Amino acid sequence: MALLDVDDLPGISFQLNGATVTLQAPPAERLSNALRERAGARDVKVGCNAGDCGACTVLVDGLAVCACTTAVGQVAGGTVETLSGLVEADPHAKALVNSFQKHQAAQCGICTPGMMVSAVALLREEETPDEAEVQDALGGVLCRCTGYRKIIDAVMDAGATGLPESGGVGAAMARIDGLAKVTGRELFGDDVAPADALALRVIRSPHHRARFSFGDLEAFRIKYGLDLILTSGDVPGDNIFGVIPGFEDQPMFAKGEVRFRGEAVAAIVGDAEIINPIDLSDFPVTWSPLAEALVPADAGSIDDLHEGREGNIMCRGFVRRGEPEEALQGASVVVEGSFSTGFIEHGYIEPEAAFAERVGDRLEVHCCTQAPYMNRDGLARLLGLPTSSIRIVPTATGGGFGSKLDLTTQPYVALAAWKLNRPVRVTYTRTESLASTTKRHPSEITMKIGADADGHIVGAVFDGVFNTGAYASWGPTVANRVPIHASGPYRTPNYVARSAGVHTNCPPSGAFRGFGVPQSALAQEPLYDDLANALGVDRLEFRRRNALRNGDPTVTGQVFETGMGIVECFDSLEPQWRRALEDITAFNASNTAVKRGVGIAGGWYGCGNTSMSNPSTIKAGITPDGRVILHQGAVDIGQGSNTVIAQIFATALGISIDKIEIIGADTDLTPDAGKTSASRQTFITGNAARLCGETLRGKILRLGNVSEAAQIDIVDGAIHLSEDGEQRVVALSDLGGGDYAVEATESYDPPTLPLDENGQGDPYAVFGTTAQMAEVEVDLALGTVKLLKITAAHDVGKAINPLLVEGQVHGGVAQGIGLAMMEQFLPGRTENLHDYLIPTIGDVPPIETIIIESGDAHGPYGAKGLGEHCLIPTAPAILNAIKHASGARVSELPATPDKVRAAIRSLEAE
Amino acid sequence: MQFHRPETLDDALSLLSGEGARLLAGGTDFYPSLMDEPAPGPILDLRQVAALRGIRLVGDVWRIGATTTWREIARADLPPLFDGLKLAAREVGSIQIQNAGTIAGNLCNASPAADGVPPLLTLDASVEIAGPDGVRQLPLCDFITGVRQTARRADEIVTAVLVPDRSPATSSFLKLGARRYLVISITMVAAMIALDEADAISDARLAVGACSAVAQRLPDVEALLIGAAPRDGEIRARIGGADLVGLAPLSDVRGSADYRLEAARELLVRAILLAVQGQEG
Repeated sequence: MALLDVDDLPGISFQLNGATVTLQAPPAERLSNALRERAGARDVKVGCNAGDCGACTVLVDGLAVCACTTAVGQVAGGTVETLSGLVEADPHAKALVNSFQKHQAAQCGICTPGMMVSAVALLREEETPDEAEVQDALGGVLCRCTGYRKIIDAVMDAGATGLPESGGVGAAMARIDGLAKVTGRELFGDDVAPADALALRVIRSPHHRARFSFGDLEAFRIKYGLDLILTSGDVPGDNIFGVIPGFEDQPMFAKGEVRFRGEAVAAIVGDAEIINPIDLSDFPVTWSPLAEALVPADAGSIDDLHEGREGNIMCRGFVRRGEPEEALQGASVVVEGSFSTGFIEHGYIEPEAAFAERVGDRLEVHCCTQAPYMNRDGLARLLGLPTSSIRIVPTATGGGFGSKLDLTTQPYVALAAWKLNRPVRVTYTRTESLASTTKRHPSEITMKIGADADGHIVGAVFDGVFNTGAYASWGPTVANRVPIHASGPYRTPNYVARSAGVHTNCPPSGAFRGFGVPQSALAQEPLYDDLANALGVDRLEFRRRNALRNGDPTVTGQVFETGMGIVECFDSLEPQWRRALEDITAFNASNTAVKRGVGIAGGWYGCGNTSMSNPSTIKAGITPDGRVILHQGAVDIGQGSNTVIAQIFATALGISIDKIEIIGADTDLTPDAGKTSASRQTFITGNAARLCGETLRGKILRLGNVSEAAQIDIVDGAIHLSEDGEQRVVALSDLGGGDYAVEATESYDPPTLPLDENGQGDPYAVFGTTAQMAEVEVDLALGTVKLLKITAAHDVGKAINPLLVEGQVHGGVAQGIGLAMMEQFLPGRTENLHDYLIPTIGDVPPIETIIIESGDAHGPYGAKGLGEHCLIPTAPAILNAIKHASGARVSELPATPDKVRAAIRSLEAE
Repeated sequence: MQFHRPETLDDALSLLSGEGARLLAGGTDFYPSLMDEPAPGPILDLRQVAALRGIRLVGDVWRIGATTTWREIARADLPPLFDGLKLAAREVGSIQIQNAGTIAGNLCNASPAADGVPPLLTLDASVEIAGPDGVRQLPLCDFITGVRQTARRADEIVTAVLVPDRSPATSSFLKLGARRYLVISITMVAAMIALDEADAISDARLAVGACSAVAQRLPDVEALLIGAAPRDGEIRARIGGADLVGLAPLSDVRGSADYRLEAARELLVRAILLAVQGQEG
């Protein structure tokens, strides 16, 4: 009989990646924790600790299992393989390294180890799997970035050699930073803390709203031997943070009253072996629940959560143009409807994580983030330190989608490290992440749209209420953006849109891919179908007829003379649209239990901040020994800015991209490239990179006194300039200077104008546009919906990297599928990844991406932003397809089978 | 903290009766139930007990060892009688869960949405339980007594699931969820059907999961099927108005109670036809 007891046995021995290891670990400890913290296998990622996400997949005796649901004691005497070992020794893993790079199957990279390890297990059994086999084998690993299709392609293409050719603007090259992601070497927020870091855990409210008081904290500290307990009284600066000037309203630790379930009231700090086993329900805090409001309708009946926000109205947005009420009265057809969506969780597979340490009289915070400079400024205020005393070093970020803009973990570890002068780390549990971080705003929208007999829109009236939760976060942005975008990319001469952000006792709603625009499209696009059907006009044709053309005013009166590409998007879909309509007619003629349908929707999104300065700065230099260094501060959270910005810079400078070395985002080393948000990095930081490359090129050309046509090369510490067959060589060491023999720093801030009292003005320098088509099959008796295909046309102005464009489109579409069909966060009820569902590899159908390049007056080489646009039309296209197939409209999302069936049933009853 | 890995059932039982312990097998329910907290000891890992593994036919009873994994069931060489159980095995969570999760673990976890329960109910499965006083058997329907509750006593270990061989009957399983993988059922149904020489239904066993605290057999509906021709129209006619006695679904995030009942009825029709197709195929 084998008896294992950590007290009297030397340790647990097993084969890890071919070598024998012996770990001193409690045998019931999760294998994931033991591998990461005791064996140094940080390539094993933890996303949920519950077998729900598969990120921690390892092979135990050859079988793929979740390390988080395996006891380390259970692998004693066995073999464990992880990605970092497999890529060294396993031929299938080596093949996958190349094919994952080739297909850009890794975006942020956090799920990649789980995906690749699962794929190795499959390929060992079946070298040429079909798509269904790949889906079955990888169905246990969640990905939030890629939409899975590139992963399927990569697994089916394992063994292919070669990578796409690298190059500047327009090259569909592999990611510059891809290799680390596909070999398990990438370091994320939880991967970088030193071994001696103390651990921190946050004490959170179990109530939606409550007053609270602490018991004897010092006695609790002594009882457990903690190094520190932090509460609001310990915050040295202003106990408040936020992201919009004038709307900073969230305390780091609540004082006296909590306003949402999951809000922080205290933190405990100590040795991980002490901290982690503590039952936090023992923490000495007494709660007195207060009247709560979880939906805007109830918000008026409780006290104002924030002084000066009467009736819990955080703020309102407004755009008015023409005479919409009169226009609707005179319209030939008027349609109207009410639509609602719930909280949507970002669902990145990497929970928030950070570690901080005091370095001299400064504080360094290493964290996953989308906004290092904003994080720095927010921390400075909380800690009462000058911004120069804080350094933010972003780690690789395992997905963000808007929620990693806000401060989450950083203040806690920063304050603890500052007080203790010891490194301190924290990683949120999945439950903590779901309960406490920002969400997409739930929406309640009513909209009325009218058209004339020729099928031209004459007017629209839009009212939207958004549940902004307990704190403002990016709520004001949503309230302002929605009225500007709620017309969709269509001529709407008479228009009024009113929005309100309403406080409730829910987690703060913040930024999430689209900032409210996906919600408004879910009202406008279904109503466009109703208008087209009422008028007897083809649904694509109806949209094309009304689509904005160059020279048309938007609802804010902004006129784009070039680059309004929405008509081209619809045109490009037309062949697929006709084909789909024919297919569906034929299919439905011979099927009664299942019906097929096709839906279409348009979308647009203004890139960058709304009517606000939001500059980016890029610096680059050439060292005396000839290295070209790009200080690239636009945080790459998987979308690909490391690659895109380098491609733009390489083209502007006129040298091979392979010669460029990147210094990644770090507030000490890279100038402020703004936040990775609002589809602004390719457009704004890209422009800064273009300007920086051009300036650097100009300086170099002047050194050699050659013309703009000259070619630049840098070889062996010298600049080689060739023109008309003549070569000039400038030795870099002759140029003097400091770190760089020659350098340049350039900024770009997009031209925008403030909006007047009617919301008229030029809020963005550029809009990107899109149109997507969804083909579905509805099981009428069950209400289940099978997606058959998504076709997505996107005007990106200019595709800097077409492969990255496809990646963004696929990922956005997958999130749109989740929004449409399964996702809904309910505070206190869906705080894990088996109750909060995001699409799996079996839920995303083939996606055809059509890239439109209409150019842009401002963007670098004509490029526009893309990230947000991709998911805006997906959900309405799916809902329109469901209605086309079944006749049933689902207007309260998500369209889960029971809701689809209920809509079908009410049709049957009519 | 004690963590035992006995290799024999006797050792396991004596450890359990001595100091008591939490039983661990695949870990796929054990760890999620901890909600990020460390595992409390002592723990008894059953995966080294050879007697608890494997599938074999003993006389006219199939014996499926308690720690047989879903992967092993899905890949086992079994008669078509087990097609429903195999379908269920492939619907359990994900490959990762199927590779680790065990059949007895699924039963002992006693989730209302346990994938293994409806097909085993239609197979008239029994649970074999060993304890200090010897071995006893309980019909599965008596073993699971409520949500997260079973008839296993703290000093007992489930050793096997026993299924009488009713070949050439065939079976099926259908699971309805809001996504393809890693999904907890909205509802699920299992059917076992035997046909007589005239290809009419001579024996029918139906079970529905996730529509009551414990998955339920539907004896009244089963009786209605006897003599029916296994064709869509006729099955639909017999099931359509039947009272689904014993089902009392909840309304929750996965679906409303009304929808669950309606969907279960539709799935029953399809599962019956699917089971018969298996017989024809």
